[in-house]
Amino acid sequence: MIEYKYLDFEKPIIELDRKIKEMKNLADSENLELSKEIQLLEKKRDRLLKDIYTKLSRWQRIQLARHPLRPYSLDLIKLMFTDFIELHGDRYFADDKAIVGGFGKLDGANIMIIGQQKGRDTKIRQFRNFGMCHPEGYRKALRLMKLAEKFDLPIIIFVDTPGAYPGIGAEERGQAEAIAHNLREMATIEVPIIVVIIGEGASGGALGIGLGDKVFMLENSWYSVISPEGCAAILWKTENIDNPAKIEANKKQAAEALKPIAEDLARLNIIDKIIPEPPGGAHLDHQKTAQILKKELLEALVELEGYSSEQLCNKRLEKYRVIGIYNELR
Amino acid sequence: MAWFRKKSRDLSGGEKREIPDGVWTKCKGCGEIITSISLKKNFWTCPKCNYHFRIGSRDYVILLLDDESLDEYDGNLVSADPLGFKDSRKYTDRVADARKKTGLNDAVIAGIGKIDGHVVSFAAMDFNFIGGSMGSVVGEKIARAIERSIKREVPLIIISCSGGARMMEGILSLMQMAKTSALLAKLHKMRIPYISVLTNPTTAGVMASYASLGDVIIAEPQALLGFAGPRVIAQTIGGELPPGFQSSEFFLEHGFLDAIVNRSELKKTLSLLLGYMRVPK
Repeated sequence: MIEYKYLDFEKPIIELDRKIKEMKNLADSENLELSKEIQLLEKKRDRLLKDIYTKLSRWQRIQLARHPLRPYSLDLIKLMFTDFIELHGDRYFADDKAIVGGFGKLDGANIMIIGQQKGRDTKIRQFRNFGMCHPEGYRKALRLMKLAEKFDLPIIIFVDTPGAYPGIGAEERGQAEAIAHNLREMATIEVPIIVVIIGEGASGGALGIGLGDKVFMLENSWYSVISPEGCAAILWKTENIDNPAKIEANKKQAAEALKPIAEDLARLNIIDKIIPEPPGGAHLDHQKTAQILKKELLEALVELEGYSSEQLCNKRLEKYRVIGIYNELR
Repeated sequence: MAWFRKKSRDLSGGEKREIPDGVWTKCKGCGEIITSISLKKNFWTCPKCNYHFRIGSRDYVILLLDDESLDEYDGNLVSADPLGFKDSRKYTDRVADARKKTGLNDAVIAGIGKIDGHVVSFAAMDFNFIGGSMGSVVGEKIARAIERSIKREVPLIIISCSGGARMMEGILSLMQMAKTSALLAKLHKMRIPYISVLTNPTTAGVMASYASLGDVIIAEPQALLGFAGPRVIAQTIGGELPPGFQSSEFFLEHGFLDAIVNRSELKKTLSLLLGYMRVPK
């Protein structure tokens, strides 16, 4: 079991949960009639939960997106798909462990699934390189997409990365080329592509597998041109600041300024839908999260199946062609 | 070569362009003291060590296009402030300052021009305008430049010089990578040539989209090219970076460039390539 540190704003709820559990135990062991008291506490808990979660700041939402118990790609695949068979390797250099993919069935329908994968404990986290892909990861993803195109399978992609890996090998093997190439190729893949930001969507590392006909975000995920940390480092040179409280404040300010949460992206018309999470966040109920998401995916698949491959590609191009907000001087 | 003698279209200085205002200047590459006149005659490259001083987008227009051949498009596009972005300064103030300082409306100029008589859709980025960063305006102007190529069936030439996507327009900047790359897929399908020219620096979001997607990719010598910034990489690996890391020469060595071309040879090289890369009839 993983050692779990609760987020600060979760603590009052966790405390109430503990009390409810205690009372239930007491009722059972002493054979007492406490159902009224328990009900009252549960009501209080639900109110508190709603109260806290409707007022979360962007920075707090990002903490939820990074929650160590949040469902990762393989968790969701396991809960939603049957007969998943994982496929490996980019056929050029290596198998990138930060990205997984393969065939699977969604309510019986054959699907190609691709997802960035994080790890929960230190060892797996390192094995998965914290969900940070190398060029071979982007090339592996594209190989699987081409495979899907060949066999006319829709593609479902889960994005969850703190960024493309910034390292020597990554540069030597063309990190920028790998991402750019994916963007160009994904624009003309002749099968439906549905992208879901399930946790973190950091910059080009996310976009490199993130171009699709439908782009969804889980309620507590984030997606931005740069992480709040990266933004703060550039704007306020946080690496030269000694005061941790000041750095924290800068990150919070960057998180607010970047407008990176699902509501922001919906408002800017960048995403098609916000997928609601169970009360308190996806980490509290993986099963329910998967259930809600599965329903949305099936609906989107039905819609996209109505288009010919030509219509699909034209609509996809048009979707991205119109993104941008600027003024024209007379 | 008449173009650099023309007084009316002089290459002029600016802060980040590294072009000196005085009579003498010290080369950033080798420390040699050079007269500004000889530097200018030498395409703003050091006669001794071949260091390429950074120049602006208008300079590339003069350098690469036939005299007065540029028909500029979309010069009237200016940044909005979609996020209401503010750090130590307001984004709108930053843009206003950059416009005033550079005389440009954003970090790219684009249009239709001629290179040794070859009609091309041309775009050149300008580092002097907020680090050449790509927001909605740059993305839109590049997109329209690609569409002009498609519509007129003429080759596309983009001179990149950029630190990446513009942070202050958030996700909209990131999406310009998708927008431009998706349009390049269309260009590619129609077999219209695209030559990408990389200058110092071309990194991050621009490198990870259109700058990497040329049929032929050439770079000026010793330019900084890559995805992640060298400082970020050094921090991540917790050590020194190897010498020459992320330079044009490194890129060529690893197979991501067709050629490194001196600025003095750039126009000749583009012209030669355009002779081979014709739009199929």
